[in-house]
Amino acid sequence: MEWINVIVQGILLGGLYALFAAGLSLMFGVMRFINIAHGDFIVVAAYLLLVMVMTLGLPPVVGIGMVVILMSAVGYLGQRILLNRVLDEDILPPVLVTFGLSIIIQNSLLEAFSADSQRVPSGNFATASLTFNDELAIGVLPLAMFLAAVGVIGVLQFIFFRTALGRLLRATSDDPEIIPLMGANNSHVFAIATALASAVVAVAGTMLAMKTNFDPTIGPSRLLFAFEAVIIGGMGNIWGTLAGGIILGVAQTIGAQIDAGYQILAGHLAFLAVLIVRPMGLFAKAKG
Amino acid sequence: MTKLLETQDLTAHYGDFQALFGIDLSVEEGETIAIIGSNGAGKSTFLRAVTGMRPATGQNITYDGQQIAGMTADRIHHLGLAMVPEGRRLFSSLSVEENLKIGAAGKRTGPWNLDEVFKLFPALLERRRHGGTELSGGQQQMVAIGRALMSNPRLLLCDEISLGLAPKIIREIYAAVPLIRERGTSLVVIEQDIAQALRVANRVYCFQEGRVSLTGQPSELSRDAIAKAYFGTEDS
Repeated sequence: MEWINVIVQGILLGGLYALFAAGLSLMFGVMRFINIAHGDFIVVAAYLLLVMVMTLGLPPVVGIGMVVILMSAVGYLGQRILLNRVLDEDILPPVLVTFGLSIIIQNSLLEAFSADSQRVPSGNFATASLTFNDELAIGVLPLAMFLAAVGVIGVLQFIFFRTALGRLLRATSDDPEIIPLMGANNSHVFAIATALASAVVAVAGTMLAMKTNFDPTIGPSRLLFAFEAVIIGGMGNIWGTLAGGIILGVAQTIGAQIDAGYQILAGHLAFLAVLIVRPMGLFAKAKG
Repeated sequence: MTKLLETQDLTAHYGDFQALFGIDLSVEEGETIAIIGSNGAGKSTFLRAVTGMRPATGQNITYDGQQIAGMTADRIHHLGLAMVPEGRRLFSSLSVEENLKIGAAGKRTGPWNLDEVFKLFPALLERRRHGGTELSGGQQQMVAIGRALMSNPRLLLCDEISLGLAPKIIREIYAAVPLIRERGTSLVVIEQDIAQALRVANRVYCFQEGRVSLTGQPSELSRDAIAKAYFGTEDS
């Protein structure tokens, strides 16, 4: 029973990792853009929620909505003004620019909020749980986060495969050079993709802010979890990313159950095992 | 007749290499123009400059009386100038129907829509849910043409649409040209198949090493003159 509890907690944690991964996967999928500052963007979203709730006194739900809108707008403008300039055949310039951004963001957050770890209080919500018996209890907050992750991924799936915007994003992923011949502007399409990814980052960051303590330096390790979840699940498969997040989450909680020090290591080992057995990921789409 | 497209003294460079030397070309409304020439004659470079795929800032390209040199490709597309790119370039993760629909992303109105494209190329109707790149070469070319038509262009530029296809399939595809023209779209076709080009076009331009080496109506052009303009020698 204890192990069932461990696995259930791992699955719930996996939802959060899938959210970390979805934004990263989206930007890479549409424009082959590797965002090294992805983890730091998640932390920025966490701090934005902190400001909304603690400084402005907004209820968390309203705060999350505001962060999503704000991050999407900044994502759109950032892509158009800055990131589109480094987007080319060469994959290195985006990596270097976002690496620089990562350093700037971490230091700016340190300056503004200090190195103290923070947490956004979510009241009774944070401690409430559904108790099934002595050994299995599911926290309401982790459950809500997991459902939010599934919901976000469902919405992304719907946008990508059922709407004209999604069609355009998939076409851009296939062959960006001829997108202007379809009458669409690449700079705009890329910026829309980043706005969408930033909205997902905002949800991920605000969830993180309510779930655990955070400080300005935790971005890079979130980036690593995001990469691992994407690669375990397989590139270009959004439900695979959810599965990747869950596998990573379950591996971590099992590791933690054996010994608290093994939590992170167990996740990395699961990632390495998948890389050895299926280097393209478990659910990679076969592409011609 | 009014001039739909006109280039004057159009040049293009790839670094130090000059690909086009002063091309003067015009397309009247309702015409089908063929551009012939061997590999490397500058045909595709010409189309890329006209469509905005290659920046042509400072050049002289007018479309419907408006200067379009230096405009971005998506703006030029909005004015009603569509291209079927060389090699078809279908979107591999989109179905046939999605490939067609994305051609209408610019929202120009006119006679062409999904139903009309399926009437023009009935073979595509039953394969509408298939992946665009699962089709035969000829059917893929039909999707590429249909995708360009979905934008309801006034001028359609086709880059080597017969390349790599069997003669029977080429005839099927070229059978669509008069139907396209009937609905008010003028065409520029780039062709290496000289006979095909002469059959379909009102006027022919032959390119050689970045220059127009010959121009005229198919009936006025002798085989020898074409051979000389195409290959650069009279014996070829």
